[in-house]
Amino acid sequence: MALPNKPKGELKAVVNPEVVEHDVDILIIGGGMAACGAAFEVKKWAPEGMKIKLIDKASLQRSGAVAQGLSAINTYIGENPIESYVKMVRNDLMGVVREDLIYDCGRHVDESVKLFEEWGLPVWKKDANGETLDGAKPAKTLREGGTPVRTGKWQIMINGESYKCIVAEPAATALGADNILERIFIVKLLLDKNKANQIAGAVGFSTRENKVHVFRCKAALVACGGAVNIFRPRSTGEGKGRAWYPVWNAGSTYTMCAQVGATLTMMENRFTPARFKDGYGPVGAWFLLFKAKVQNGLGEFYANSASVKDELAKFMPYGASPVTPTCLRNHLMINEMREGRGPLYMATDVALNAFLDDRKAAGMNDKDLKKYWKHLESEAWEDFLDMSVGQAGLWAGMNVEPEKVGSEIMPTEPYMLGSHSGCCGIWTSGPNEDWVPTVNNPSRAHQYKWGYNRMTTVDGLFTAGDGVGASGHKFSSGSHAEGRIAAKQMVKFCRDNASFKPELKQTAQELAAEIYAPVKLYTENVGLSTAADVNPAYCKPAGLMMRLMKATDEYGGGVATYYMTSGKLLNICMDLLKLLREDSEKMAAGDLHELLRCWENYHRIWCVEAHIRHIEFRKESRYPGFYYRSDFPTVDDENWKCFVNSTFNPDTKEWKCEKVECINILSTEPWL
Amino acid sequence: MPSYVDPSKCDGCKGGDKTACMYICPNDLMVLNVEEMRAYNQEPDACWECYSCVKICPQGAIFVRGYDDFVPMGGQVHPMRSSNDIMWTVKFRNGNLKRFKFPIRTTAEGAANAYVGQNGASLDDECLLLESALPSPKK
Repeated sequence: MALPNKPKGELKAVVNPEVVEHDVDILIIGGGMAACGAAFEVKKWAPEGMKIKLIDKASLQRSGAVAQGLSAINTYIGENPIESYVKMVRNDLMGVVREDLIYDCGRHVDESVKLFEEWGLPVWKKDANGETLDGAKPAKTLREGGTPVRTGKWQIMINGESYKCIVAEPAATALGADNILERIFIVKLLLDKNKANQIAGAVGFSTRENKVHVFRCKAALVACGGAVNIFRPRSTGEGKGRAWYPVWNAGSTYTMCAQVGATLTMMENRFTPARFKDGYGPVGAWFLLFKAKVQNGLGEFYANSASVKDELAKFMPYGASPVTPTCLRNHLMINEMREGRGPLYMATDVALNAFLDDRKAAGMNDKDLKKYWKHLESEAWEDFLDMSVGQAGLWAGMNVEPEKVGSEIMPTEPYMLGSHSGCCGIWTSGPNEDWVPTVNNPSRAHQYKWGYNRMTTVDGLFTAGDGVGASGHKFSSGSHAEGRIAAKQMVKFCRDNASFKPELKQTAQELAAEIYAPVKLYTENVGLSTAADVNPAYCKPAGLMMRLMKATDEYGGGVATYYMTSGKLLNICMDLLKLLREDSEKMAAGDLHELLRCWENYHRIWCVEAHIRHIEFRKESRYPGFYYRSDFPTVDDENWKCFVNSTFNPDTKEWKCEKVECINILSTEPWL
Repeated sequence: MPSYVDPSKCDGCKGGDKTACMYICPNDLMVLNVEEMRAYNQEPDACWECYSCVKICPQGAIFVRGYDDFVPMGGQVHPMRSSNDIMWTVKFRNGNLKRFKFPIRTTAEGAANAYVGQNGASLDDECLLLESALPSPKK
């Protein structure tokens, strides 16, 4: 029997990879919705001959959060005033948001949705009788004035299994297939040697061959999604993979930008979704389309109780909204669970049967009732099959038929992302227009605009989608729109900086050595043990990730403590993360897959450190339901209705956290 | 439910060095073992069950088995995807079967209009292609 101390993966890593250098004008790093938006838009503005490349660590057709598909598009403004959208987001995120970025997204997002439909995404419509039609049935398009099927005020239903494929196709055509490099993981951004605070390139490696790729560029968009598997998940075996957000989002967006000095914002604002337990299937359509309600373990539909009203009254004005802010909805759920009134069940059976009963009462005949029931059942299952097949698999394994029995709902482990009901991310410029506030402060970390929309505080470095902080509720469509915005601005930046020639501080060989350090460490030390993963000189990425997730779970407000933490616990977490970061230099990779995991972990660690740092700095609990600080348990609008921004100085290697003014553009009377 | 490959159906994509599943997996899980000419999922606990591999396999050799730390055995969800719709077969642990068919695309593959050759008007405003006269907020 051969000893197990061999590289586990099929593609062995070698100590001296080939090094390839590329010179481009614009680099699009990432391949998800935002990056596809950028790829579609950029050549509409770029002059002939401008070199633009997109680098995806996976494959454009299915990369990113929309890999499986989606059953709804959650941001379509349609008939609503954009101001209402801004007010909704502002309230949902407990008052601290960049209203300029939200409004800007709101005035572009519908265009992306109309393009999706044009490209082939089936969008559900309402017929003349108000019945729902699937997206393949003949109906007016959104552009022609067709009526989408709204669930809530902002969401529309789609048949979205191929959503990503449909969006990736014109992105690739527009940019040119030759300009899309797949299976290359960009892991570090590079600053210019001569011009301070200016992006000059990026470096990464192939996950298919031993090649390091060094890029020189004038402008770059970093749109690599959010961060997942940063807190110990509720399922810790195979089920680790069934994260709510995609497992491959490693916080690369935030870490890469922070490391070159881009100011981060609201990194304390994690998102803890409440979803169907374990399978993590979506609840949106159940709540909004099927009007399902949640019962606690005593059978009470607790959401309407007097005690809940009293609880929400503690969080004014946010608790007064007809649609309770996401974190407060969680807070109510967590209270039920913590006080022993769990488990919480979504009464899917009650909801579906109510629809059937309505039709019966209205006199529908048996044959039509049967047909209607099939239609209803199909919609219910499609909700999962379009975007969260794992949940359907759980129902199949548990023999659950939703019309017969409800399903358990539970808040998950925390995630970090900027496009959804969480708004952590990077501090960016808003549009260069008069209605965006001019802030009298020399530091960009306090300003709202500095010439190029969606540019970070680093010149030439842009972000979109999950990367743009303080402006959640964009979802897939808004992320695509932000990618389009950033693309145009990057072209503008290149035009305005035509004479700039990027020069890197390090040589390509120096960069390659840094990228492949885990391989060198593996090769030099593998012989110290007969085991593949247990070695005194190195640690493997899988084990390090578990160590990270245990530290955050126990001290950083994970599920272990019902999301509770304190200054004392946070400081212990920071100490553990410091040791972890030191040990991350000892991660080893014997094959290319492991090297991918090593670098994803570097990204995770930085991201989590920023998160913990921000939570510690903000002396309040603004997001009960997402996390709680026992030492500062209330929302403190008087002292903390402001952003927390942090900036890493790449020269001094020091972090600076600061309060930044949150300016309301829309009137606050009325608040909603 | 991580994905897994049925070796009786997998042919390693006929001897190329990269299989379709390896091409598509967003998390770099599917790999080809060249000696056996079969693909496998190298990290099942990192599998999101996105079904990209299942859908792309030209031999229909890939299936998904529920995560062994929380899904009781015996159920299976399996798709059959065509160019404009997808049919899902849901087999329950108790043997019940449900089938659902949904549209997935209203245009032919390759037909999405990328507006190639069309250009925006002015780099110095905020309008994207096809947009003109953007609103600004009413306070």
